[in-house]
Amino acid sequence: MSARPEPSRARRVITPLVTIAALLALWQAVVTVGIVPNFLLPTPVQVVEALAQDAALLAGHCVTTLAEAAAGLAAGVALGFAFAVLMGRFESFYLAFEPIMTISQTIPTVAIAPLLVLWLGYGALPKVVLVIVSTFFPITVSLVAGFRSVDRDVIDLMRTMNASRWQIFWYAKLPAAADQFFSGLKISATYAIVGAVIAEWLGGNEGLGVYMTRVRKSFSYDRMFAAIIVISALSLGLMKLVELAQRLCMPWKWAERNSNER
Amino acid sequence: MAQAGEKNVAPALEARDLTLSWDGEHLVVQGVDVTVAPGEVCCLVGRSGCGKTTILHALAGLTTPMAGRVLLHGEDVTGRPGRVSYMLQKDLLLPSRRIIDNVCLPLVLAGTKKAEARAKAAPFFERFGLAGSELKWPSELSGGMRQRAAFLRTYLMGADVTLLDEPFSALDALTRTEVRQWFVGVAKELGLSALVITHDVDEAVSMASRIYVLAGVPAVGEPSHVIGEVAVTRPAGERSFELTDEYLAAKRQVMALLG
Repeated sequence: MSARPEPSRARRVITPLVTIAALLALWQAVVTVGIVPNFLLPTPVQVVEALAQDAALLAGHCVTTLAEAAAGLAAGVALGFAFAVLMGRFESFYLAFEPIMTISQTIPTVAIAPLLVLWLGYGALPKVVLVIVSTFFPITVSLVAGFRSVDRDVIDLMRTMNASRWQIFWYAKLPAAADQFFSGLKISATYAIVGAVIAEWLGGNEGLGVYMTRVRKSFSYDRMFAAIIVISALSLGLMKLVELAQRLCMPWKWAERNSNER
Repeated sequence: MAQAGEKNVAPALEARDLTLSWDGEHLVVQGVDVTVAPGEVCCLVGRSGCGKTTILHALAGLTTPMAGRVLLHGEDVTGRPGRVSYMLQKDLLLPSRRIIDNVCLPLVLAGTKKAEARAKAAPFFERFGLAGSELKWPSELSGGMRQRAAFLRTYLMGADVTLLDEPFSALDALTRTEVRQWFVGVAKELGLSALVITHDVDEAVSMASRIYVLAGVPAVGEPSHVIGEVAVTRPAGERSFELTDEYLAAKRQVMALLG
């Protein structure tokens, strides 16, 4: 529609970087000048220093959080996949579970996390379970919608080729759902990290959430910010990993994008 | 062997007294008889919404008719899919498979190994105007090429009877004429029998040797039926058939039947 040309790659990269740099400079200035007292807000330089100081410690907590998030995400994806396949295959299964899934999504994670800790203890299990609970839904919903998006005519055409139910699933339904699945997976990846941190926050011996509660109690807000940076970095890293997996699994998508741009 | 003798003269495809319904209550099509001789291209013409696609679905075995039978070379195949090939208006190429694998789909679905299927399909790419596009994705091809790929896929199903549902209507006018002429040539060369449904009278006259005209408005309770049959004679050696008197005569007859 619009005649505005696509911004160049350099512009797309530089513009946000400049914005971030400007905001950081503003932040530094606000604290240095004394508009906001330093005991309430550390400067970016202090945060970076804290990050460097605690790097080894943070790395250890990182491994714990990442392991919980990855295990929960893997289980959530597996469970979501199984549910979506059953919901796509059996109409009554779909009718039975579709409303429950929607309702389950309105339950705030923060509210069930303490209960999970109460029931499952201070180990890794409640964290993994919370991650499963928060990632399962976006995966299932995206897959169910994806399976349903397949063209009826493609299924009819494949039936005229004597395709089995499994073949129709493998050749038509699964690829049709791939795009939406990866969108769901990207959301789930960030939910997984956040879910693990929240669960750690409410009770545990290791992980970024535990680290955050400790530094908060000692009023080391610079370390608090350092942990926030690490959490964002983990989420971003995981999202990039999902993007990479999508590129590998859906080579045709890039061909489509290129021919659309032409 | 009386049966063998009978098989030789049996039409490639025959619908006898076909009666169809969408919901088991309201009739869409009543008492339709259609015959396609071996090596013949026939058209079924009717206005939009008269149940043409419903008929094709039944002929393809995707639905079971309320009454009537579908015979393939004399054999009853009513309600059994997988015996005739079927091509729709949309090319329905799988976006996630390369062109060669899309084309090979019927072979692979029937259990042929991928490499073997590819080898079997490769020689046809030239004749179908697809040379060089084997490893491309469907999104990288033009509409005309996609349609030809879909047709090659249909052909590789190995059925000698093909049903086509408005196969060229999604193409632009110039490509349509080109692909249509190309199709008639290939069908002749490969000895295919085909039943094409269309609402385009010109398309029907330019492709078919016989045209069945379908009339009725199922939506208001008038089930469709065949109201006439028009034979099209093609003067030998004439290059642009569309400009001959024979063409116009056939077109006039079909238009008169459609009312």
